[in-house]
Amino acid sequence: MFYREAGDFKTSYVADNQTFPIAFDRWRYYAVLAVAFLVVPFLVNDYWVNAILVPFLIYSIAAIGLNILTGYCGQVSLGTGGFMAVGAYACYKLMTAFPDVNIIIHIILSGGITAMVGTLFGLPSLRIKGFYLAVATLAAQFFLVWMFNKVSWFYNYSASGQISAPERTVMGVAVTGPNVEPWAMYMICLVFCFACAVIARNLTRGTLGRTWMAIRDMDIAAEIIGVNPLKAKLTAFAISSFFVGISGALFFAVYLGAIEVGEVFGIQKSFIVLFMIIIGGLGSIFGSFAGAALLVVLPVFLKLLGVDLLGWPTDIVAHFQLVIVGLLIILFLILEPHGMAQLWRVAKEKLRLWPFPH
Amino acid sequence: MKMKLTTMALTALMAAGPAMADLVFPSLSYRTGPFAAGGIPFADGYADYFTLLNERDGGIGGVMTRVIECETAYNTERGVECYEATKNEGSLVYQPLSTGITYQLIPRTTADNIPMHTLGYGRTSAKNGKVFSHTFNYPANYWDGASGAVNYLLEINSNDISGKKVALVYHNSAYGKEPIPTLEALAAKHGFELLLLAVDSPGQEQKSQWLQIRQQRPDYVLMWGWGVMNQVAIQEAANIRFPMENFIGIWWSGGEHDVMPAGDGANGYKALTFHNVGSDFPIYEDIQKYVVATGKAAGAGDQVGSVLYNRGMYAAMLAAEGAREAQRIHGVADITPAMMRDGLEALNMTEERMAALGLPNFGPTFTATCENHGGDGLVGVVQWDATAKTWSLVSDFKSTDQDVINALIEADSAAYAAENNIAPRCN
Repeated sequence: MFYREAGDFKTSYVADNQTFPIAFDRWRYYAVLAVAFLVVPFLVNDYWVNAILVPFLIYSIAAIGLNILTGYCGQVSLGTGGFMAVGAYACYKLMTAFPDVNIIIHIILSGGITAMVGTLFGLPSLRIKGFYLAVATLAAQFFLVWMFNKVSWFYNYSASGQISAPERTVMGVAVTGPNVEPWAMYMICLVFCFACAVIARNLTRGTLGRTWMAIRDMDIAAEIIGVNPLKAKLTAFAISSFFVGISGALFFAVYLGAIEVGEVFGIQKSFIVLFMIIIGGLGSIFGSFAGAALLVVLPVFLKLLGVDLLGWPTDIVAHFQLVIVGLLIILFLILEPHGMAQLWRVAKEKLRLWPFPH
Repeated sequence: MKMKLTTMALTALMAAGPAMADLVFPSLSYRTGPFAAGGIPFADGYADYFTLLNERDGGIGGVMTRVIECETAYNTERGVECYEATKNEGSLVYQPLSTGITYQLIPRTTADNIPMHTLGYGRTSAKNGKVFSHTFNYPANYWDGASGAVNYLLEINSNDISGKKVALVYHNSAYGKEPIPTLEALAAKHGFELLLLAVDSPGQEQKSQWLQIRQQRPDYVLMWGWGVMNQVAIQEAANIRFPMENFIGIWWSGGEHDVMPAGDGANGYKALTFHNVGSDFPIYEDIQKYVVATGKAAGAGDQVGSVLYNRGMYAAMLAAEGAREAQRIHGVADITPAMMRDGLEALNMTEERMAALGLPNFGPTFTATCENHGGDGLVGVVQWDATAKTWSLVSDFKSTDQDVINALIEADSAAYAAENNIAPRCN
């Protein structure tokens, strides 16, 4: 009824090509942003921020990063955990080496360093594809984790190999360390997540995104029509790793505060981000958010339901959680390979015709 | 498990007012994942001791206790969620049973003014109460363990191990790396050669490490393992016919479930310990009567008397005694986490007290002070008898090389204090 483009006239190409061409979509987007920036920070407490919002925002950034590489450019990567570790350790080294520089700059630089490492590990993608590339990125995962465990320079020679984030402030407000206010933690992640999503969305709509998608859909045809595979694949690796690096830096500095590489950035991390984009939707920015939200909220929801409301033993609930996530992945692969983003798209199509479907 | 779990997170979300009058002991347990074999008996022992106090004595000082169990699966992110979900419930002391979660909670608990007790694990330098105000790790820590192992080797070699070769097989994580600085310092002091062999988590694959041991032929092997790594290592050692009496594990590598899979091959395997083993203590009659017989035992109820069950019970006992001490100092029965911290800092475990609790000679005696949050670090050695299927104490609790350890603790805690701008207390 109200969700349709009838009467919504565009008089310029810019207006016609905007991200949300339908007025209702656009207003909904502004409303979500307004709530996220202006309402949520005043309502949150420690539990909401630490258990749900911050992990959701950080995983969203990682999922956007992986989605650029896997969803848009078609290069399967199992190295996300390793690249997040690069971001985290880069951030730690920068934070401790240059304590006076603003943490925001450190986080962006960590993304840059990860982009370089990612490009390096993306080089084999010019020769190998599919499963073989997945195995090559898996090697990156194991190599990077091994390196951060082995070379003590990365953890400043501490006895245990743990790295912990000292307190750093943005405009006088602590954003890392133990004394950080929940709203500050939330805001810094939100700002990074928003910026990453806007950049990613616009990159994927532009020339670069189109070359990635051309490579994904058929690399030989893309090469024939003049797409440079070297440039397309390496930019995809670099930009994807940049986002993943930022998420790793935030994961370490803001969210956990102290990490140990093998435990936090192991192969499970690569898989969980991959599951997020598969369930959420390959090749969709919205899908990255949806997948991250589902996999972050689901365990917490199941715990609240099973342990706190039904009073089940904690181990049974933990086992159920694995069963349900596994089942969801299988169901999505069978019933809706394009993920939750496709469900959303279908719902929108239906809404546009509603209430007169014929 | 069977205790009443209230809608804790929901109340936390709504930031409900003060908790009811009970003493809350959160249990960040792991009954799933690669480390569940050790996590289950510990969590059972921890919960059963508080059930016993409730059933037999009506709680501590007349206030009932409540254990909130939260599953972490040894995962740091789940640990954060569990901590945030339980901290507003009036949680008195955290015992995460994970080095990773401990490192995370040290700054958080300090900021939230809640004490944390890491019984024989966690950050060793937390012994220095001047820097770590809210973290306690008595009665012994990993560096005591490393020194205790070396002292034991000295003891059986008539005080001379120069020229011997000692291998350390360790879990390649913060936990496993913890003893390395101490062992290196001790290797320099006593002139033995140290061979470091890292095993990646979770530790199912150790063929190459044990091949190296076959080639290098160390005289002794020490192990810092946990979960499935222990079973695999002991099996591998049995496979290469490494003499089991020369194989010594840390206390987390000395449970029944670690040696059982290797069968007779594990006979003679040794492990360090900071508390006694077996179920030959008066308290077990009460546990049988009030907890097991009434069907209130945690979990499956099949772990009673195992090494890690004892350790969980010991952790609960120290927490309960800390709460009692806090009630005495502050003169209130319904204590707060801040009062609990004072109680843990003033804890004095004497032989008479342990005997009165039905645990005579169960652990070392120690007195906590403002400066010393780590006890005296007395370490014993137990040995496995595969035919009787029992552990027995072969070397009594003995003191460790505090000169070497204290210097390392000073250095590590000073680095932490400098990194986090902490001014030393206790002046």
